[in-house]
Amino acid sequence: MTDFWFQFLLALDSTLRVATPLIFCAMAGIFSERSGIIDISLEGKMLMAAFVAAATAYATGSPWIGAIAAIIVSILASLIHGFACIIHRGNQVISGLAINILASGLTVIIGIALFRQGGQTPTLPRTSRFNSLELPFVDFMEQNVPIFGIIYKELLSDHNILVWAALASVGVTFYILFKTTFGLRLRAVGEKPEAIDSAGISVTRMRFQAIIIAGILCGLAGVYLSTATGAGFVKEMTAGKGYIALAAMIFGKWKPVPALFACLLFGFLEAVAARVQGVEIMLIGEISSDLLIALPYLLTVILLAGFIGGVTPPRAIGQPYIKER
Amino acid sequence: MKKKILEQKNGGQKSPFAVSLKSICKSFGPVRANDEICLNVSSGTIHGIIGENGAGKSTLMSILYGFYQPDSGDIQVDGKAAIFKQPSDAIRLGIGMVHQHFMLVPNFTALENIILGSEGKMGLKNGLQNAKLKLEELKSTYGLEVDLDNVTEDLPVGIQQRIEILKALYRGARVLILDEPTGVLTPQETDQLFEILLALKSEGVTILLITHKLHEIMAITDEVSVMRQGKMVANTLTKKTSPEWLAEQMVGRSVLVNTKYESGKVGSVALSADGIGVTDKRGFDSLKNATFDLRSGEILGIAGIAGNGQSELLSVLSGITPPSRGNFRINDKIFDSKNHCSPGLMRELGLSHVPEDRHAEGLVLPFQAFESVILGYEKNPSFGTGFFTKPEQIQAHCARLQDSFDVRPQNPTLISSQFSGGNQQKLVLSREISSAPKILLVGQPTRGVDIGAIEFIHKTLIKMRDSGCAILLVSVELEEILSLSDRILVMNSGEIMGIVSKANTTKAMLGKMMAGIPLEKAIEEKN
Repeated sequence: MTDFWFQFLLALDSTLRVATPLIFCAMAGIFSERSGIIDISLEGKMLMAAFVAAATAYATGSPWIGAIAAIIVSILASLIHGFACIIHRGNQVISGLAINILASGLTVIIGIALFRQGGQTPTLPRTSRFNSLELPFVDFMEQNVPIFGIIYKELLSDHNILVWAALASVGVTFYILFKTTFGLRLRAVGEKPEAIDSAGISVTRMRFQAIIIAGILCGLAGVYLSTATGAGFVKEMTAGKGYIALAAMIFGKWKPVPALFACLLFGFLEAVAARVQGVEIMLIGEISSDLLIALPYLLTVILLAGFIGGVTPPRAIGQPYIKER
Repeated sequence: MKKKILEQKNGGQKSPFAVSLKSICKSFGPVRANDEICLNVSSGTIHGIIGENGAGKSTLMSILYGFYQPDSGDIQVDGKAAIFKQPSDAIRLGIGMVHQHFMLVPNFTALENIILGSEGKMGLKNGLQNAKLKLEELKSTYGLEVDLDNVTEDLPVGIQQRIEILKALYRGARVLILDEPTGVLTPQETDQLFEILLALKSEGVTILLITHKLHEIMAITDEVSVMRQGKMVANTLTKKTSPEWLAEQMVGRSVLVNTKYESGKVGSVALSADGIGVTDKRGFDSLKNATFDLRSGEILGIAGIAGNGQSELLSVLSGITPPSRGNFRINDKIFDSKNHCSPGLMRELGLSHVPEDRHAEGLVLPFQAFESVILGYEKNPSFGTGFFTKPEQIQAHCARLQDSFDVRPQNPTLISSQFSGGNQQKLVLSREISSAPKILLVGQPTRGVDIGAIEFIHKTLIKMRDSGCAILLVSVELEEILSLSDRILVMNSGEIMGIVSKANTTKAMLGKMMAGIPLEKAIEEKN
C-alpha cells in the first residue's frame, strides 16, 4: 500500500515535468486565440526555440543566454505569423502550418550544418542547463513532518525553475486576461474586433501584442525541452506536444485554469504510461507499450471530437479583420 | 477628458454649428459614394439625414466618425477644423456613434462593453467601480435604464442600443450619430428611443439621425437633409416640409428616360394573391395582408420607398420564402405556408424572376457568362444530358441571347463580374425571358444601369407585356413606375396603401401614399 502511494507520488511528480511544456504552450495559445488568431504554430515555435536554446547554450555555456535567444527566435516566428495573417489577412491555419514545416526542416538543416551530428546538438554539460532546485529543509521535513514531509520531498522539491515558471504563467495569464484593461481589450478583440475599432483602439496592434506574448511562452516551452529536461536538441523533439497543448487549451475552453488541468491530465497519462510500461497488471497482464505511448494522442482525438463539440470558441477566431461600413 | 471638452465648449467662441462638412467626396473604386457633400448641423438640434439604401448616408457618417478618410473636403467641429484619422480622434472631439449593427462584445457585461477602450488605469477593478458611479448619473439624467451587470447577448436589442448610447455618452459625446437606429426595434422600443433622444436634446446633445423612414423624420427631427445617389439634394427645416415632398426628393431621378408607353391589352388573371403576410425572424410583420390580382398583358408597378415590404413580396411570389399567412394562386395551384413551393417549381409553372440584387441573387459573379446564363435552367435537355453539360451548345445559346439582347461585349466566356451593370442586367433578363414566361417578376430592373440600357430594358418589358406576359415590376424609381405600369400598387410599412390605374393618378398622390397615407384618405385630402 505504501509502495502504491509512493509510486503515485512519483507519477504526480513526473506529471508536472511532462506537463510543463504543455502548460506554457496552452497559455501561449490562450493569448493568441483569445485575440482571434488561430495558433497551430505552437509546435513549430517550440521546436525552433528548443533548437536555438540548445545551440546557443552550447556555444556560450550559459543557459540564460540560450533562453533569451530562443525567446527572440520564437517571437520572430510569431511575427511572421502576424505578418501573414494580421497584415495580409492570410489564412491562419495555413500560415501556422507553414511555420511548423519550416521549423521541422530548418532545425535539422542548421543543426547538421553547425554540429554534424545528424541534426542533434552536442550534449550539454550541467553548467549549460537549467538544473533542478532542491527546496530547503528537504531531509528535515521528511523525517519530522508526517505525510506532508514526503510530499514535500518527492513532489514539490527537486523541480526545475521552469516548472515553477509554467505554473506561475497560469496565474499571470488569468490575472492579465480577467483583471487588467489589456485583458479586457484582448478578449474583446477576439470576440468582436469591430467593437475595439470603433472604441478607437487598433485591432492590428492588439493582435500583435497577443501573438508576441504567445511567442515568449512558446519560447520558454522550447527552452525547457532542450536545456532543462533534456541535455540538448534532438530532431523533432517536440513530438506533437504543441498540438496536444492546443487540444488541452480547447478542452479547457480557452480559460487558463481549466486548460492547466487539461495539461496536467495529459501529463498524468503520459507519466502513468511510462511507469506502467513492462509492469504486469492484475487481470490485464502487460499492456503494450505502443498503446500506452499512443494514449495521450488518442485522448486528444477523442476529446476534440466528442466532448468539445458544445464549446464556443472566441467568435472572431480565424477571421481576418476587414474594416467595413 | 469629458470635463475638458465641456469647458472648451462653454468657454470658447460658440459656433452655431456643432458639426459642418464642406465638399466631402469619397469614392470606393469607380463608385462615388459621397459627391461634394455639404452639411451643417446646428448645435442642440436633432438633425435627420434621409435617403434610400446606398444613397451614401452611412459612408458620410463613417467619415464623420473617423472610420474612413474623405478623398477631399473639410470637417469642422464647433467651428474648428478637425482631421479624423481614426475613430479615437472623433471620440476625443466629442463625437459618438451608435452603429446600425451594434459594436458590442456579446459575452461581456453591459458595464464591460461601455468602458471598453476608455477603462482608465491598468487595473480593471478601480476602472469598473469609477465607471459605475459615473454611469448611474448618466442613466438617471437621460432615462437610460440598463442593468449594468447583465451579459449583453441576453438582453433585448432595445437595451443593447441603450448600452451603445451610454457608451458614447460615457466617452463624453456631445454629438451623437445614430445610424438606422429603429431598423431592429419594435414600435414600443422605438417610442422609448425617441423619448431618450428628446431627453438628450434637452440636455444640449446634438443628434444626427440617419434613416430611410419618413415618419421618423417628421416625428422627431428639427432639420432634415436628403441624400440621393451620393449627393446631398435638399436641406430644410422639418416643419417647413412634408413627407410627400421628402419622398419625391428621395426617389426622383431626373435623368430617367421619360417615355410614356401606351397601355396594354389586359387579359385574364395570371396570378392572384390573397392576404399574403410575412413575419420575419424578429417577429416583425414585414409584409401584411397583400391582396391583388396580376393579369396577363399588363404591367403592375409596385411603388414605395425601399424596405417597405417589396422585397418580401418578390421573395414570396418567386417561391424563395413561403408566406407566413395567406396564399397565392397561379392557374389552379394554390400556394400557402404549408404547400411547398420552390423557385424551380415556379419556373415550371411559367413564372420567371429577375431578382432585385443581381450580384447576390441574379448571377454567380465568378462564372463565365454562358454559365450564368443557364442558372436555374441547367436541366434543360439542350444544355446537357442530365449529368454532363454540353458547353458548345450552351455557349451557342449564350451567344444568341447576347446578340438579341445587345449584351456587350458579345463574349460568352467573359466572367460575369466583368460586364458593366447594364450588361449584367441584360444577361439576367435574357435568361429569364428566354424561357417565354407567362408571369415575370422584375425587381429594380434599372438600378445601377446606364441610360442606354435602361431604354432597352424598358422596351423589352413592354414587348413582353404586349405578347401577353403578366409583369410585376418592383422599382423604387417613381418615374420608372409611372412610365411603364398600367396599374400602380403603393406599399408602405409592409401594407398596400392602394392600387390605382396610371391614368387616374399623379406623382403627388403616389408620394402621399408612399408616405403612408391610404388611397381613400389621399383622395379626400385632395378634394
